[in-house]
Amino acid sequence: MSDLSLFAAVGASTGRLLSMSAVDYLIVAIYFLLVLGIGFYLKRYAATGEDFFLAGRKMTAWVAGLSFISANLSSLETMGWSAMAYQYGMLGAHAYFIGGGLPILFLAVVMMPFYYICRTHSVPGYLKLRYGEAGRVLAGATFAAMTVLVSGASMFAMAKILNLLLGWDMNWSIWAASLTVAVYVALGGLISAVFNEVLQFFLIWAGMLLIPLLGLISAGGWSNMLATIQKNVAVIHPGLSGADFTSLWRNLGSFDANPMGIDWFGMVFGQGLAVSFAYWCTDFLQVQRVIVAKDLRSAQNGTIIGAVLKMCVPLIVTVPGLLGLAVLTHPDGSPIVLVPESDARAMITHRTYNDVLPLLMGKYLGPGLLGLGVTAMIAGFMSGMAGNVSAFATVWTYDVYRPLLRPNASDRHYLAMGRWCSIIGVLLSIATAYFLFWFSNILDFLQVLIFFFIVPLFGVVILGMLWKRATPAGGFWGFLLAVLFSIAAWIYVHSFPEGFRPQPKLLITPGAVVSLEQQQSQPEKSGGQPVRVIVHEGTVETTNVPITCQHGTAPLTSGETTILEEVLLPASLIVKEGQTAKLRVLAPDAVQADSRQPIKFGEDGLAVVLKPGVRVKAADITHYFVPAEFNPRHTKLIARSEKAKPMAVNVYSAIWTLVVCLVITVGVSFFTKPKPEAELKNLVMGLTPRPDEGPAAWYKSPILWASVVFLALLAINIIFW
Amino acid sequence: MQTERQVPIWFFVGGTLLIYGIIIFLTGVYNWLFPPEQPTVALSHLHADVWWGGVLTVLGAIYCLKFHPWREEPPTSCG
Repeated sequence: MSDLSLFAAVGASTGRLLSMSAVDYLIVAIYFLLVLGIGFYLKRYAATGEDFFLAGRKMTAWVAGLSFISANLSSLETMGWSAMAYQYGMLGAHAYFIGGGLPILFLAVVMMPFYYICRTHSVPGYLKLRYGEAGRVLAGATFAAMTVLVSGASMFAMAKILNLLLGWDMNWSIWAASLTVAVYVALGGLISAVFNEVLQFFLIWAGMLLIPLLGLISAGGWSNMLATIQKNVAVIHPGLSGADFTSLWRNLGSFDANPMGIDWFGMVFGQGLAVSFAYWCTDFLQVQRVIVAKDLRSAQNGTIIGAVLKMCVPLIVTVPGLLGLAVLTHPDGSPIVLVPESDARAMITHRTYNDVLPLLMGKYLGPGLLGLGVTAMIAGFMSGMAGNVSAFATVWTYDVYRPLLRPNASDRHYLAMGRWCSIIGVLLSIATAYFLFWFSNILDFLQVLIFFFIVPLFGVVILGMLWKRATPAGGFWGFLLAVLFSIAAWIYVHSFPEGFRPQPKLLITPGAVVSLEQQQSQPEKSGGQPVRVIVHEGTVETTNVPITCQHGTAPLTSGETTILEEVLLPASLIVKEGQTAKLRVLAPDAVQADSRQPIKFGEDGLAVVLKPGVRVKAADITHYFVPAEFNPRHTKLIARSEKAKPMAVNVYSAIWTLVVCLVITVGVSFFTKPKPEAELKNLVMGLTPRPDEGPAAWYKSPILWASVVFLALLAINIIFW
Repeated sequence: MQTERQVPIWFFVGGTLLIYGIIIFLTGVYNWLFPPEQPTVALSHLHADVWWGGVLTVLGAIYCLKFHPWREEPPTSCG
């Protein structure tokens, strides 16, 4: 008995998600005109290098703080962390508390005075002053590379979601949005980027805040939402039904008590210390926004404002992800199951985790509001791109081009170089966007980049600020070797010396004629789940599936053939001695044999019958390095457990990278000559007097506000323990 | 940075919110007066577009009035 209706019905739900009306398009169009208009308007205010690269160092605390957070509130933030909350539950919010608010406060109180007082124009610029030219060029080059890669990730995410939401062509989306960013950043430089970021901050909140508000009304309040989540995860995440999705800390006692597969040590020292402190305290994209404030007090208070705003972001990111577990339901009330992109059903019969936010937008936002929501997402994407492009232009011009290629050119020349860099940075990012299919998850990609470059940078910068004995040689070698270590660790966990054979897969190509059967001898598999697919006509493409075409002949593993005698492929195949794997069958666009109606499905563990006449294209693949897969044996060495999941492996890699950086920097410093104290003035603790900025009211004290925000952070963690 | 008077960023923010608020509010009122046969979104009876559009309009108007560039004030820092 076949059960095709289920597949046909569910499959129909994976078409275009949203349908925009004329008023929605009007709202999006107004946004594009507005940001371009701002770029053209601000061109007259970017007449010198200082204007273009540092916005004239005239930003107020509020503008600096809003820009600081908006540059980070990109597509990776809204879409990626909503997906993380759907996948990992409330643990996703740690990125905003221990991994957001805390390091930003540290930046404001401990590190900002050094950055500001030494009047550096960039983080690599600080390395030049503290350690010398070699460290600056190395950091500048790696950072410039990272910005275009992250920017490419942002473009890729934007194009993907616009394709998903509106059916827009991905190529068109990438080019239209990125050229807009190129124009307004090339015209107005950092000041243009900052203006647009502040504007985008308001748009993002205006467009996104309604989703959690309406979602919580729909869920019956916070408590009801949490109760529904714990009920639904048994269906949505059947492999994790014992895991606690609604706690920040009480489920971090062991690797398998929570959906992230991480323990408290990894969360505190990896996500909290190594990754987040590095990202917020030394990622120039962020730091650039606040070191251009008009005075040190504004720089510190702007950063603290950024911390508060960061701690509010879970409202529009984590809460929607959690709501996805509670309120996204089929008409019969059963929860809609979203799956990881690696799942057989992904984008065939099921949406993926990354779709949780768009699904909620479609559920709650009507005409006009939908346009605002889509504009908010586009604004988020574009602010991320603009931030990276302006940081790229600054670091390339000041930290690579000027010291290495044209040391004594005029300010006008560097200004022109900055404008050209904005355009070139966008073009490089576009190229990057097309390579992103290597990575299974956009945020994993960002994490990888962070621990390659930013974690070592944090190690040498923080030692340079707090320890005057750190030497130029120590800083250079600590940074370089830690970067190499982190890359080596990444290669190591993705390496398979014994060979990695992808799961056996059979793709039924579009137009093939099939029928599905439910095997009566296996009553436990009943309930509409087919166990066998029969391919009557058409072509199938197989990977790592040996096919015995005729009795007595060697099985076909690669090449092409036409089936002469009926072939049965079992639901599980032997992939290694003593090890089997389920056959993955994908049919994104097949035709039913009896009714000639379209059908699509994706399933692991289906047996397949190939009828005579079916064409087979077979491939036999073994990889030794797979960026999207983790070698469990190697993972255990890095992350202390074979159960550690990708996020956990990345944060543990960051811990090791930081340790390597600190040990090498300290070790080399003990055997090399430090800089004289006179050259360390305004760069190191104990040698950096705070400038007199005149009297100020008590309520403008950065220490006061940092203490208040810290207490609020503590309270949030206790409340959601 | 030139000394020419720069339009405050908050005025741009206010103008944007005001334009979007008015568009969304009017769209909401239209949908309230002429509702579609089948509700297209959940909780449509709450008319979120009307009150959310109203909130944005009021917020945008406040920003525009407070930070409009024709006020008599000396040029200050960005923002």
